[in-house]
Amino acid sequence: MAFFLETLIGGLMAGMLYSLVALGFVLIFKASGVFNFAQGAMVLFAALAMARFAEWVPRWTGIDNPIFANVVAFLLAGALMFVVAWLVERLVLRHLVNQEGATLLMATLGITYFMEGLGQTLFGSDIYKIDVGMPKDPVFALESVFEGGILINKEDVIAAAIAAALVAALSVFFQKTTTGRALRAVADDHQAAQSIGIPLNRIWVIVWCVAGVVALVSGMIWGSKLGVQFSLTTVALRALPVVILGGLTSVPGAIIGGLIIGVGEKLSEVFLGPYVGGGIEIWFAYVLALLFLLVRPQGLFGEKIIDRV
Amino acid sequence: MKERKLGDVILDVQNISLAFGGVKALTDISFNVREHEIRSIIGPNGAGKSSMLNCINGVYTPQHGTITFRGQTFDHMNSRQVAEMGVARTFQNLALFKGMSVLDNIMSGRNLKIKSNILLQALRIGPAEREEIRHREFVEHIIDFLEIQAYRKTPVGQLPYGLQKRVDLGRALAMEPQVLLLDEPMAGMNVEEKQDMCRFILDVNDEFGTTVVLIEHDMGVVMDISDRVVVLDYGKKIGDGEPDEVRNNEDVIRAYLGTSH
Amino acid sequence: MFYRENGQFKTSYVADQQIFPIAQDRTIILLLLAVAFVVTPLLASDYTFRAILIPFLIMSLAALGVNVLVGYCGQISLGSGAFMAVGAYGAYNFFVRVPDMPLIPALILGGLCATFFGILFGLPSLRVKGLYLAVATLAAQFFSDWMFLRIKWLTNDSPSGSVSVSSLQVFGLPIDSAQSKYWFCLVILVVMALLTKNLVRGAIGREWMAIRDMDVAAAVIGIRPMYAKLSAFAVSSFIIGVAGALWAFVYLGAWEPAAFSVDVSFRLLFMVIIGGLGSIMGAFFGAAFIVVLPILLNQFLPALFGLFGVEISTADISHAELMIFGGLIVWFLIVEPHGLAKLWSTAKQKLRVWPFPY
Repeated sequence: MAFFLETLIGGLMAGMLYSLVALGFVLIFKASGVFNFAQGAMVLFAALAMARFAEWVPRWTGIDNPIFANVVAFLLAGALMFVVAWLVERLVLRHLVNQEGATLLMATLGITYFMEGLGQTLFGSDIYKIDVGMPKDPVFALESVFEGGILINKEDVIAAAIAAALVAALSVFFQKTTTGRALRAVADDHQAAQSIGIPLNRIWVIVWCVAGVVALVSGMIWGSKLGVQFSLTTVALRALPVVILGGLTSVPGAIIGGLIIGVGEKLSEVFLGPYVGGGIEIWFAYVLALLFLLVRPQGLFGEKIIDRV
Repeated sequence: MKERKLGDVILDVQNISLAFGGVKALTDISFNVREHEIRSIIGPNGAGKSSMLNCINGVYTPQHGTITFRGQTFDHMNSRQVAEMGVARTFQNLALFKGMSVLDNIMSGRNLKIKSNILLQALRIGPAEREEIRHREFVEHIIDFLEIQAYRKTPVGQLPYGLQKRVDLGRALAMEPQVLLLDEPMAGMNVEEKQDMCRFILDVNDEFGTTVVLIEHDMGVVMDISDRVVVLDYGKKIGDGEPDEVRNNEDVIRAYLGTSH
Repeated sequence: MFYRENGQFKTSYVADQQIFPIAQDRTIILLLLAVAFVVTPLLASDYTFRAILIPFLIMSLAALGVNVLVGYCGQISLGSGAFMAVGAYGAYNFFVRVPDMPLIPALILGGLCATFFGILFGLPSLRVKGLYLAVATLAAQFFSDWMFLRIKWLTNDSPSGSVSVSSLQVFGLPIDSAQSKYWFCLVILVVMALLTKNLVRGAIGREWMAIRDMDVAAAVIGIRPMYAKLSAFAVSSFIIGVAGALWAFVYLGAWEPAAFSVDVSFRLLFMVIIGGLGSIMGAFFGAAFIVVLPILLNQFLPALFGLFGVEISTADISHAELMIFGGLIVWFLIVEPHGLAKLWSTAKQKLRVWPFPY
């Protein structure tokens, strides 16, 4: 029983990390109707930036304080993501206004490749460390109930807390502020939003900036846990099924979807894996999403789309 | 007006109600259509006219009500079945296949009649080739009829609106339908184009005996060519009968035709 | 004035509907085929065969299959790598387990395995489209990755999923030299391209394009979306499966599941986008582009940077490749969404009226 709980909690924590990446997807889709395949590449790019800046800042400034290095690195990486957002809007999105979804999807596929190449050109392709002072030691909880207690990773708990805070902030942003409402209008219909005077270009830059920051935070947490390397993009790809499960337009959906996928992956690997040869983590999330699509295409919390003829 | 031999009831719509969430598109609509007649559906925008056609075609499924076609009753229609039963349609906003030429668009209407399977089509010899030619001949008749020969290889997206509407009609005609549902076929046309379109509709009804159900806003056309008229307003039926009856109906005048104050 | 159709009147529908209605086109294609079948084998070096021509032929076939699904039927697929894998391993199993199994039937059976797999993972297309479908096809990709790594029976109990084939022959003629491989692939490509072109200009092709352009209207004229979509998946995966089998048997000789990873799927999609969606020629253009570009970069970039005294490593070149691919995709989508094939037909159009501007 203790083992089951451990796996469950481990799954929840992993799920939280997926949710973070999924959050970026949902944001951009909610606000611009674009499905940003490049979100995973953005996470890698941001993580690379942060890792390398943290290394280089002491060399540039001569100050050897790790906290200082990390903070400056974070700010620099964030600024870089803003530049990326601005460039993406300027060079890509502006020219593809009101194209159909498939075209935009493929454009973001192109951006993915570009950013993967750019990131590695600028920052190198080795494995890098991000050390933001996350506690690496585990905690044994509920020692009184279960013998030996349940193993919980402190790092994961903090990650979950950060994710929760981010989600809360974003929800407030979307529901309560004028910019948030403008973003939702844009997601509904580009041309209509334009015609009532919403500055499409600025909105898109804002959204991609926010998504960039989310990518940075995700990258920071993932990178701290797993190390920053190219395979991060494959893991980030796993956030796609999360978004399908939760519904493309739902922020809470991204969270819950992530948790379900995370738990499902871990549990299925541990309890189902041995019977079928193991290693089913690579496809479990996707097949789950696929089955879900057959039954409820709009996801748990998404909106149903009605075609008008 | 020409004397038309009208047949028995071919299409009977009974108590159809359709709602999207809270929006009631159609409430308890009943009317029938007799074979060979030209039946018009009129009403203000948003009255539910297109939705009614969509129910007949199986695009929308009504929550209540039934549709009887040639004696067979259905509570929801399957698009393919409807097409097989001989009902064809044009669309208000043009539902042409933008990536294909005029010829291909109209040829796609012949789909139900094409029998050769994939393997034969891949080899394109013998029966498959002959079938393709046969259908091409039929489609060329339609192209002649609609006077669009010069545009047959042009991608449909490049044609002006009026011609696109003709292609839409052509595609519906390619199905050799018994019932033709036309959704505002003359919208956005000038007087000449409208006359041409009227002529096509009357010719089709005349030569092939095709029953026509027509949604149209031009009252002149409606009163001129229809045998009977149904009037919808806010999803409810407010008038049903011959053109003169409907023209003098109080409710219809108030809702749609307008009075002088 | 050279490309005029003056005087070329068609007096029958058969003549009007042939694949190359313009006489000049027919001549060009015949010349091209002559060059491909006769001239090239005489002139090309071994390296050219192995590095450029053979990959080009096989990838064109695969791109053809992808184009049927994505370009003609409008169903986004990111799982093409999986179909290639199923074709390859399927053909392998028949080749190795059935005694005296000749090569061509083995390839066809591999293709049929891919067809079955394709129909299965194409079922979501009946419920969803666009990016949701893309995610569903990724499920096929990752499932296939796992399947050939972990299910031992599929790979003849090889521990890591790596297998190999040897001593290929067709009707007693061995396929081991670069030239024989080239001819083998060329023949298969030409035959399948012809069959595909027939499908695409026939009734089923019109069904696919109708579904792509407006599936509601297609349903109303009596097209069954299920049949159209699944047949697109079936035909497409068959072609891709055969291409996968060819890639494994003829080009690689020995392979493991990673040879058909998600990267291959993306590459195939790029070929089709750059080459031109919904165009048979587009598959060839795209494949040529994607096959040749890395080689060009490998030769060209070090020289270019050498001019500035900067040294770049192979890793840098592969990163540059990623950037250039990504940039080109975006550029094409903005400037010419119909790809190189459209540029080509626009050029032909201008040629027809040359020396007049229009």
